[in-house]
Amino acid sequence: MAAPESTAAAARARSVADAFLRRRDDARLVEAGFWLVALAVPIALPEHAAFGGQVLIMMLFALSLDFVLGYAGVLTLGHAAYFGVGAYVSGLLSAKLGWHEPLSGLVAAGAVSAAFGALSGWLLLRYRDLTLLMLTLAVSTTLFELANTWSSLTGGYDGLMGIQIAPIFGVFEWDIAGVTGYGYVLAVLLLCFVALRRFTVSPFGQALRGIRENTLRMRAIGAPILGHLTLAYTIAAAVAGIAGGLFAQTNNFITMDVLSFERSAAVLTVLILGGTGRLYGALFGALVYMLAADWLAKLSPVYWEFGVGLLLVVIVLLCPDGLLGLYDRVRAAFGGRAR
Amino acid sequence: MEHAVQAAVSILFDGIAYSMVLFVMAVGLSVTMGLMGVINLAHGAFAMAGGYLTVTFLGNLGLPFLPGLVLAVLAVGAASIPIEHTLYVRIYNRPHLDQVLLTIGVTLMAIAVATYAYGPSPLSIKLPAFLETQVGVFGRDFPAYRAFIIGVGVLAFLALWAGFERTMLGAKIRAAVDNRAMAEAAGVNTTRLFTLTFALGSALAALGGALAVDLVGLTPRFALQYLVLVLIVVSIGGFGTIMGAFAASLMIGVIDNAGRYLYPEGSAFFIYLVVILVLVVRPGGLFGRA
Repeated sequence: MAAPESTAAAARARSVADAFLRRRDDARLVEAGFWLVALAVPIALPEHAAFGGQVLIMMLFALSLDFVLGYAGVLTLGHAAYFGVGAYVSGLLSAKLGWHEPLSGLVAAGAVSAAFGALSGWLLLRYRDLTLLMLTLAVSTTLFELANTWSSLTGGYDGLMGIQIAPIFGVFEWDIAGVTGYGYVLAVLLLCFVALRRFTVSPFGQALRGIRENTLRMRAIGAPILGHLTLAYTIAAAVAGIAGGLFAQTNNFITMDVLSFERSAAVLTVLILGGTGRLYGALFGALVYMLAADWLAKLSPVYWEFGVGLLLVVIVLLCPDGLLGLYDRVRAAFGGRAR
Repeated sequence: MEHAVQAAVSILFDGIAYSMVLFVMAVGLSVTMGLMGVINLAHGAFAMAGGYLTVTFLGNLGLPFLPGLVLAVLAVGAASIPIEHTLYVRIYNRPHLDQVLLTIGVTLMAIAVATYAYGPSPLSIKLPAFLETQVGVFGRDFPAYRAFIIGVGVLAFLALWAGFERTMLGAKIRAAVDNRAMAEAAGVNTTRLFTLTFALGSALAALGGALAVDLVGLTPRFALQYLVLVLIVVSIGGFGTIMGAFAASLMIGVIDNAGRYLYPEGSAFFIYLVVILVLVVRPGGLFGRA
C-alpha cells in the first residue's frame, strides 16, 4: 500500500507550496519603510508637496496597469482611456453639475470608469495579441476624439475650466502648497494598494497569473478565462479612474491630454521601468520617472522626450524585468535571496 | 445639382489621394509586421524621417523635386538597415510587450531629434511648377499634386503586387511569412530576407511621409499622429497582404476625408468606432487570411 507514503508526500508538497506562497505574498517589514517615507515627505519638504501628490497619482495609475499587465498579462496601449474617464467624471461633476464634494466625486469617477472597463473588457478581452493591442488603442483613441468632438462639454484642447473641490470631509481645507492634497492622495493610494494586494494574493490573483503564463492550460482546467480577465480589467479600470479623478481634483483643471496615447505610453514606461507583476515596481517606477521628468524637462522638454525614448530602449535591451528586477539580480549575485 | 456633383467628385478625388499616402505608409508596415511578427510602432518615425529629409534636400540643398524625393526615400531605406541590425534583431523573438516598448522608445527619440533639428512648427516644401497646376480628367480640373500622389500610389501598388506575386524574391517572402522554419529548411536565408524587407518597408514609409508633407503638413508629432491611422489600416486590411492594405487604405482614407468635409468635428470619432466594430466582427481584418 502506497497510500500513507503519498499522503506524506502530499503533505510535504503542501508545506513547500505554503512556504513559497508565504515568502512571496506575506507583507514584509521593509514595506512599512516606503509608506513611512511617503508620509514624511510633506512634513520634511512641504514645498514639494504639490509635486509629491502628482507622483503619488502616477503611482496609483501605474498600479492599476500592473494589475492587468503584470498579473493578468493583458498588453494594452490604451490604459489612459480609464484615467481620462475618471478625470472627466469628477471634473464634470464639479464644473458642470456643481457637485463639489471630493469623496463622492472620486467614487463616481471609479464607478463610471469600472463600468466602462467592464463593458469594454468583456467586448475586447476575447481577443489576443495584435488584435487586442489594436482594439485597446482604438478604444482610447475613440474616447480622445469623442472628447474633441464634444468640446462644448469637455473644453477640448483648451481644457475644462471651473473645477472646484470642497474641503475633504468638510474639514480639511485645500492649501496652495498642496499638503492637504498630498495627504488625500496618499490615503487613497494606500487604500487602493491594500485592496489590490488582497486581490493579487487571493486565489483569483493566482488564477490571473495562471492565465498570464498559460491560457490554454487554464482553459483546460475549466477556469473562466473571459470572466477572470474582465473582472481584472474592471478592477484596474476602477483604480485608473480613481487616479484620474484625483488628478482632476488636485489640479482643478484637465485637458484632453488625460486621454492621450502619450499618457498610455507614459504609464507603460513607468511600470516597465519599475518592474511588472510586483506592485512596488509601479510605485518605484513612478518615483524615478517623475523625478527624471521634472529634472530633464526643466532643462528642455526635448531632452526629456529623448531621455524617455532612450530609457525604454535600454530597459528592453538590458533589464527587461525593470529596476526592482535588476536589484533582485544584483542581490542574488552577492549571495542574497531573490524573491 | 451640378454643384453637388462637382463637390462630391472633388471630395472623392481628395480622399483617394489621401488614401494613397496611407497605403504607401501602411503597406510597408503590413509586410514587415506580417513577415517578421514584430509590432513596429516606429514605422511612423521612418515616415517622419522621409518627410524631413525631403524638406532638407529640397529646401536647404536646393535639389529638384523628384531627385530629392527619391534620395530621401533611399536614404531612409539605407539608414534602416543598421537600425534593424542593432535593435530590431534583438526583439524578433521577444514578447510583444518588449517590441512595443522598444519601438515606442525609438519613436520618442526620433521625435526629440526632429524637434531639436527642425523645431516644433509645421514645415512645407516648394512643389515644382508642373505639380502646382491643375490637370483635366474627364472634363474636370484636379490639382496636379494630388493626381501625382494617386499615380505614385497606384504604381507602388502594381509594382509591389507584381514583385510579390511574380518574382523569386516575392515568393521567398511569402514562403517566410507562411512558415519561417519551412522556408529556412528549403534554403531561404530569412535573416537577409528580413533585413531586405525591413529596408523596403522603411523606404515605403519614407515615401509616404514625403508625399504627405504637402498634403497634411509636417511636424515632429507626425510620427505618432499618423501611426495610429496606419496601424488601423494594417489591422483592417490584414497582415502581410498588399491587396488588403490597398483596399483598407481606400476605405479608411475616403471615409475619413469625406467625414472631414461633411462633419468636421466628428469624423475621426466615427472612423475609430467603425474600426472597433470591424475588428470585433473580424479579428483578422476584412481582407486577412483569418
